[in-house]
Amino acid sequence: MARMKFLCDADRCIECNACVTACKNENQVPWGINRRRVVTINDGKPGERSVSMACMHCTDAPCQAVCPTSAIYTTADSVVLHSKDICIGCGYCFYACPFGAPQYPKVSNFGSRGKMDKCTYCAGGPEPDGSMAEYEKYGANRLAEGKLPLCAEMCSTKSLLAGDGEIIAQIYKERVVKRGYGSGAWGWKTAYRETIAS
Amino acid sequence: MAMLIGRVRFIVGAMALALMFALAAPASAQVRNPDTSVNPTASSVKEEQLLQEFRRIQGRGTIPDTRSYVIEQPAGRDWRQFHQVTLHWIGAIAILGMLALLVVFYLMRGMIRIAAGRAGRVLVRFSAFERFVHWITAACFIILAISGLNITFGKPLLLPLIGPDAFTTWSQWAKYAHNFLSFPFTLGVVLIFLMWIAWNIPTRVDVEWLKEGGGMVGYKHPPAYRFNAGQKMIYWIVVLGGAAVAVSGYFLMFPFYGTNIADMQVAQVVHGVVAVLFVAVMIAHIYIGTIGMEGAFEGMWDGTVDVNWAKEHHSLWLEKETAEGHVGAPPPKGKMQPAE
Repeated sequence: MARMKFLCDADRCIECNACVTACKNENQVPWGINRRRVVTINDGKPGERSVSMACMHCTDAPCQAVCPTSAIYTTADSVVLHSKDICIGCGYCFYACPFGAPQYPKVSNFGSRGKMDKCTYCAGGPEPDGSMAEYEKYGANRLAEGKLPLCAEMCSTKSLLAGDGEIIAQIYKERVVKRGYGSGAWGWKTAYRETIAS
Repeated sequence: MAMLIGRVRFIVGAMALALMFALAAPASAQVRNPDTSVNPTASSVKEEQLLQEFRRIQGRGTIPDTRSYVIEQPAGRDWRQFHQVTLHWIGAIAILGMLALLVVFYLMRGMIRIAAGRAGRVLVRFSAFERFVHWITAACFIILAISGLNITFGKPLLLPLIGPDAFTTWSQWAKYAHNFLSFPFTLGVVLIFLMWIAWNIPTRVDVEWLKEGGGMVGYKHPPAYRFNAGQKMIYWIVVLGGAAVAVSGYFLMFPFYGTNIADMQVAQVVHGVVAVLFVAVMIAHIYIGTIGMEGAFEGMWDGTVDVNWAKEHHSLWLEKETAEGHVGAPPPKGKMQPAE
């Protein structure tokens, strides 16, 4: 089984936001929720970098550990998924998440945040693969069709990489060697407790 | 002299100018790799450095949700450690420890009896309004405590027994109850604060009372006014603890109203720790008010206590009530008389 990861090569990201749009469309993400977003650090200053960030599908995911109802689980491909039938909308996963991935449709409405929503790595949820129930709750299940998440698939500069961790780390390493620089795999140390030497 | 100063000024000025150019020169040249190609990452922001400086990384985004501009905040890990390990230990030690303590105390001392027996005459201890406020707050507290403990201890204890679907249904309702009953509970705490503050200011009588070990632990019955030092402690724990859980709870209930994720983590830590300690203290309060002491429960249930009970536990209060002519009056109408 592969160990699925995301890797954003910040030296290539041009902040076009195609990944954000692709995700919203492919998964029919509810209004007000963005499973993926692009953030520019040091905007307008020398050395600014843009990073596309979503759920990183952490190793030993903190959201899964703190969930009081065990709604969050990790698949055999190391994709962190959640069940909207089990979620009670308590908000604990979003206190624990280092990447601000979990979001709630009614975040300002007291007493009920609604069911948590986050990036599924385009792998749906606990319902049968490709079923309508799965699509309505979680969006597309591209992984079951043998495809990678759409955000990474349609990245125009191939900044955002998705796939088996070792393979995308190898691609990134080769890039760094070839071009002579690399600002590192953002979030990897926090999510996977490892970095890619650059 | 003037010429000398002028020359010095010229020399200093020239040196300063030269220094400026010397310092500016490296900045204008681009950093290059050994093969003379440009290295654009030399001046770029570094994840490690940002995390060490700010403990979180944020920038600017293009979607309306400004909260999403934070992309990394590893502090959640510390919170996870607290929630999964520390809070479980604090809660288990406080609550099980208190229960163990009470069981041991009960086995050693049993119910503290009215030493002189019942006098048969009663006096009013709590008005209907006071009892109403007490029981509203108490009922809310018990539901809040059970639903709160469910969030922390339900996963390891209850979920394996009833399965995920039943546990979710129960937890969902428990969460609604927890959120909505917080309002009457908070109101109850505010009313308790206002209606009993006059009798709960610590005095020198309390110091003596504590030295003697009170009417529960000690064997003597030190004098006390309407509330003794132990009850005053309960009062302040309810008022201050209640305020702490209410404020921290409302921060969690209304996310991002003047808070960010880090503040909410702090709020949850305060809420969790204060709440489990609060539960432990209230278990003791329930014990003393029921099986721990004869004649105490009726004060909050019927509103009246036996004169001998008052003499033993609140002698100064009884003196004052007697002086004001409140003792010896017939029991309030509608009160059930015990069959003797």
